[in-house]
Amino acid sequence: MNNVMKLIGSLIFAATLSSPSLGQSQIEYPDAIEIRARDVGRQLRCVVCQNQSIEESDAALAADMRRLVRDRLLAGNSEDDIISLMRDRYGDYVLLMPPVQGNTIVLWAGPAAMIFLFLLWWVVSVRAKPVQPSVSTLSDHDAAKLAALRNADL
Amino acid sequence: MLPETGQIALALALAVALFQGILPLVGSQLNRTRWMLFADRAAILQAVLLIYAFAALTIVFIQSDFSVKLAAMHSHTAKPLVYKITGVWANHEGSILLWVLILALYGAAISMFGRSLPLSLRARALAVQGMLGSGFLAFVIFTSNPFERLFPVPADGLGLNPLLQDPGLAIHPPLLYIGYVGFSVAFSFAVAALLEGRVDAVWARWLRPWVIFAWSFLTLGITIGSIWAYYELGWGGWWMWDPVENVSFLPWLAGTALLHSILTLQQRHSFAHWTVLLAISTFSLAMIGTFVVRSGVLVSVHAFAVDPARGVVILALLLFFTGAALSLYAFRSGTIIRRTQLNIVSRESGLVINNLFLIAATVTVFLGTFYPLLIDAITGEKISVGAPYFDLVFAPMMVALIAVMAIAPMLKWREDSLSRYRKIIFRAGLFVLAAIFLSLLIGRSVLGAIAIGFAAWLIAGTMITLFRRTGGKFSRLRRQPAGTWGFVISHISVAIFTIGVTAMSIGAKEDVGRLLPGENLTVAGYTFTLGELGQGTRDNYEFMGANIAVTKNSRAVTTLWAEQRFYPVRGMVTSEAGFRPSFGATLFAAIGDGGTGADVSKGIIVRAYYQPGVVWIWIAALMMAFAGFISMADQRLRLPNGNERSAPIGLGSGTLVAVE
Repeated sequence: MNNVMKLIGSLIFAATLSSPSLGQSQIEYPDAIEIRARDVGRQLRCVVCQNQSIEESDAALAADMRRLVRDRLLAGNSEDDIISLMRDRYGDYVLLMPPVQGNTIVLWAGPAAMIFLFLLWWVVSVRAKPVQPSVSTLSDHDAAKLAALRNADL
Repeated sequence: MLPETGQIALALALAVALFQGILPLVGSQLNRTRWMLFADRAAILQAVLLIYAFAALTIVFIQSDFSVKLAAMHSHTAKPLVYKITGVWANHEGSILLWVLILALYGAAISMFGRSLPLSLRARALAVQGMLGSGFLAFVIFTSNPFERLFPVPADGLGLNPLLQDPGLAIHPPLLYIGYVGFSVAFSFAVAALLEGRVDAVWARWLRPWVIFAWSFLTLGITIGSIWAYYELGWGGWWMWDPVENVSFLPWLAGTALLHSILTLQQRHSFAHWTVLLAISTFSLAMIGTFVVRSGVLVSVHAFAVDPARGVVILALLLFFTGAALSLYAFRSGTIIRRTQLNIVSRESGLVINNLFLIAATVTVFLGTFYPLLIDAITGEKISVGAPYFDLVFAPMMVALIAVMAIAPMLKWREDSLSRYRKIIFRAGLFVLAAIFLSLLIGRSVLGAIAIGFAAWLIAGTMITLFRRTGGKFSRLRRQPAGTWGFVISHISVAIFTIGVTAMSIGAKEDVGRLLPGENLTVAGYTFTLGELGQGTRDNYEFMGANIAVTKNSRAVTTLWAEQRFYPVRGMVTSEAGFRPSFGATLFAAIGDGGTGADVSKGIIVRAYYQPGVVWIWIAALMMAFAGFISMADQRLRLPNGNERSAPIGLGSGTLVAVE
């Protein structure tokens, strides 16, 4: 972890900390809604923060987004409805879990394809026959010399 | 005067590094002994000059000499002495200087401890160190000069960012850098071995402790950073999959693969290609870790343009060193003879799988971290890759890795048969089933129980391996080489780590609320009651804090002190969480709101957390680092005395033979 980034992230954190609208809406909602809301909230990025979900952030915008999630859940919307609503409003950027689509195919298929290729490579290489250490054959000249030595009187 | 002498030392160090980068290289090509020997002296001289420069900068900070711009921007007279010192590296220029200093210290260490190495190998490795040094010293001098003067001299400095005024963050960067830069030794020796055309077991045996050393320090650095983020940022999280965390994790993952490859090279004369490539990529990732973050590119691609000089130079250096090393590998890899003989059931095979999964994990984290930047730069589309993605994609790879980790160390080198292990696997399986059953009872989570099952599998496998190596005799435990203990402790740590993470993932509870003194929150049966607010002034900040009494079933458990700090010099607010670490569940509370002077009559925000097992995550990580230090003590890593070292053991001299 490099401190500079933490620092910048925390600067934003600290700056937002002192904002007046620190409404923590959670406490006003029934437990069942709260539990579902947190699962949804962890999937949504606080779009003004440094890599924080709206559940983790103290930013005013995150608080508003949290309230929206809960209100929608209370109103009977499904988790998917809320996520797509947020996506309409803030774009793909709001989704901490990137959607599977054209520009994220590398992200989703990449690791799986890589593992597949690696395992394929592994299977191929374990099946490979061991290469025999090369046994050098003697050249005609050397063979003749050897024969001469062998035949020589000792 | 002092800053100027520091400046001169920097310039001299650059000159020395340039000569160190060229002369010994030419010397080893032409077989000129004196030119090669120059490398040793240059490395030590470079280190001495940089120690001087760094000491000069430290003194500037201690004396609060605000005629130096860096001190004026990042220091302040009203600051405890220790933070004046740590302030030296809590900024861009100073931290890069620290990076270069550590690089030079490694160079000096190579020349001091590497006397037993063949001269040409040492000279070439030191030449590579010299090139790295000149590249980054030039970067320091021309784009990030720490000694730049400021006129008119301000009456006082702007102060160090309050978040960095913390013991955790004071030691975090040096530890991390000792780790990052330590991999430069592996890089230099990989390049030197390619030039020599010889990557052999002796080379591996000499290099391995350096890799372990760097890896252990990197582990320590990451762990300290994690602990710091936990209590300082007050989100109750130990790992956020933040880009900054990810880039420190990348060299760790690659370094772990390197650690295992070099072990195999040392003991089996195989994995030479793996080792060379991993040595190059690990250090490249370490450079990315330091410099890409430093350039600000991670904040956003647009930040890259804010300071194009720094960004472009960093990118150029990165591309040059990595590109040059990889090209060299492409040209010279033919000198590393490859003999394919990999049996499906053998320890080598297990180590190959280990490498494959670790590399896949590295690439995944790399993709997740940099892909959003790439897409933004190319098409302008903004996407986010956050914790949910990493949890989903990364976790299964680690699970697969753990499954193999339990078995592989048990297997014989070269060739083995799984049928020999039927009884053992059956017994371990019973242990795993028992663990799953128990954790289902306690945790009531299927996924959690499966994760615990894998951890149990790893513990069983590791203990059985230890048992077999000692033949079940207690007396033989003591005769096990240090390397065996390193293996046992580190693998058990991974199991403990897994258990800690699992407990956190399924058991952590939290609640947030706006409370008035006397009101409370209840989390997992614990009642957190806010006490009276207190305010005051310490050293260089004002604080507002409160005792939060924690009770369970009306019995007092502990009292946590959480506070908000306001630093007038920077006009910043930070939070200091209160927590009671415990081997069971850690209780954690943070308060938020306004800082001192805010209207607290409507109550303050209190976050209360119940976090089982979180402490074990750090204990396990520290144990891993510890295991590394133990392994370094292994006698088998010592080169024998005498001059016969240059001859590879068990191999013909000349070209190396490597089983791949």
